Amino acid sequence: MPDAPTQAFQQTIADSRLQLAIYSATRRLIDHRASAVAQDRLPDYQNLRDHANRIKKHTIEHLDYYLEQLESNVVAHGGQVVFCRTGDEVADFVLSLAKERGASLIVKSKSMTTEEVHFNEAIERHHIETVETDLGEYILQLAHQRPYHIVAPALHLTRYDVGELFSKTLGVPNETVPENQTKIARAALREKFLHADIGVTGANFLVADSGAVVLVENEGNARLTTSAPKIHIAVAGIEKLIPRAQDLAVFLNLLGRSATGQPLTVYTSFLSGPRREGEIDGPDEFYLVLLDNGRTKLLRDPEKRQSLYCIRCGACLNHCPVYRKIGGHNYPWVYSGPIGAIITPQFHGITRDAWLPFASSLCGACAEVCPVKIEIPKLLLKLRSEVTSAKQREGLGGLERLGFRAWAWLMTHPRIYRSLASLGSKLSPSLPKIGPASANCRAWHQKASTNCGKKDRRDDIARTNSRRYPNRIGAGRSPQTGPS
Amino acid sequence: MDRNLYTQLFGQNLEKLAGKSFVVQTPDQVAGCLVDLLSGKRAVASNAPFLDDCGLTRLPEVRTGFRDREELRQACIAADIGITSADYALAETGTMVMLSSPQEARLISLLPPIHLALIPRSRLLANLDELLATIPKPAGQTSSMVLITGPSRTADIEQILIRGVHGPGEVYAVIVENA
Repeated sequence: MPDAPTQAFQQTIADSRLQLAIYSATRRLIDHRASAVAQDRLPDYQNLRDHANRIKKHTIEHLDYYLEQLESNVVAHGGQVVFCRTGDEVADFVLSLAKERGASLIVKSKSMTTEEVHFNEAIERHHIETVETDLGEYILQLAHQRPYHIVAPALHLTRYDVGELFSKTLGVPNETVPENQTKIARAALREKFLHADIGVTGANFLVADSGAVVLVENEGNARLTTSAPKIHIAVAGIEKLIPRAQDLAVFLNLLGRSATGQPLTVYTSFLSGPRREGEIDGPDEFYLVLLDNGRTKLLRDPEKRQSLYCIRCGACLNHCPVYRKIGGHNYPWVYSGPIGAIITPQFHGITRDAWLPFASSLCGACAEVCPVKIEIPKLLLKLRSEVTSAKQREGLGGLERLGFRAWAWLMTHPRIYRSLASLGSKLSPSLPKIGPASANCRAWHQKASTNCGKKDRRDDIARTNSRRYPNRIGAGRSPQTGPS
Repeated sequence: MDRNLYTQLFGQNLEKLAGKSFVVQTPDQVAGCLVDLLSGKRAVASNAPFLDDCGLTRLPEVRTGFRDREELRQACIAADIGITSADYALAETGTMVMLSSPQEARLISLLPPIHLALIPRSRLLANLDELLATIPKPAGQTSSMVLITGPSRTADIEQILIRGVHGPGEVYAVIVENA
């Protein structure tokens, strides 16, 4: 593997506690999924996958059309749509809105998209507090770590880690019973929900025909984030689109089962715009921030753009023998596992973290469990070949660049050039002859030269060189005056 | 799926998730079956007419008729139990479907530690597919449709299942057969 951080891998592999945590968590998720999609529980499973794949393919191929439809429906329901090219633009928008509304506290529900653009850091630099409210994400925010897994973000931490962390950061007694730890988090976060000015969420799906954001969760933090504060901002990648609300049946049947083995997660919220006339609660303002951040680049390749079908269920991570050994934090970006290995190089450029597509045994488990049938191994192979050719190009290009730089330097230093050139002509007779190496070839070469009646041209490296011609030709003429 | 089995299936599936379901025949039997659950608790109820039909809003421990956001919020923070109706329920998953409206506020089923929903039998559907076939465009009717499938839960610490994180840790449903 080119440039892989193998030392970091070794460290993870040598940490037996961590290995056990990764192994048992992924094992449990594998088992839950397997029983949820078993033939007797979900006889339609394979058809659902085909259907989901077709819907995603269709939507990604007609993204422009559905984005426009989505936008006009969000606006029709009283919301606003903001298109952002980069993460900085997302932060700028949220900051300017927060400033306008005098907001000082933002609550957030789990969102990989905001992780992707380092939203919290960008906002907190401007002295606005942002609080993660999903229990796992809250723990990670306190620990200043990024998610270890798309679905189970704090998978690598034990109850003892959490106990220490809470006591250090929240000033509570060291509590090691997860149930009590949850109560501590609930109480701390309840305060934040009730005082927050803005709620920021991601989106699991964007429904074009409804202008709606769909959020899938178990804890209720996304519901609180979108119900308690007066402003709701959803930040979503443009690939989250599906055409119709009715298509949701297909995806919701797959997402929960693939992620945690649940037929439906505890809460599924279908949100379209701010609260309507007569409603007692709900946000007064609703913004949908649509993020590109490199996604449109992926659209160009008809094969690789299927990477955008991903619904972030995490099943490929759980089933990947590489992820299960090296864990989440050894991947360079927030998206880890097989899906991370195919999208990271496409977002960041193929030569940065070039080892990623090679971090796979190509066993095919990821493709087998992917609910939207992304051909991950095929894309890994394609990316491998792209890495290899890019490296070759880069190698060649590097040498060429170096050669030309030396040449340019020489040409702008005439004194040195002249002395090197005259040295060359003086040394030329004693230089080894350059030419065909083997005896046969030499014989052929000599014969050819003799036949032409010429002596070997290699002796002819000029004893005078062209650099001196102008002086001789122009003898008697002053270079200062030039031709008159 | 046999429509006659919806009540039973809904109850079974909700109980698999550690919810609890009751079945009564007529609206006037509802209050009677909830005496134990409500006793000694502060309750807030939504403005759904069905709760009136069931006689729940006349109980002394129930506060209802909210029109003001701040008042509703404070009442929900203090309450032990939130009582709502449900617009639909899904038998296959034990799911309650809530469409927010002037009759149904969002926080009543969310802030109190217990959520109780009264559901007319006529509102039971088979599953998600039937729900989305019945209301293909939820956005046309409401700004927020929430599917609630059991009590709030997490498994974020060592994959250990814990109920009642941010939403209610206890969920009760009463199906009223003749409604």
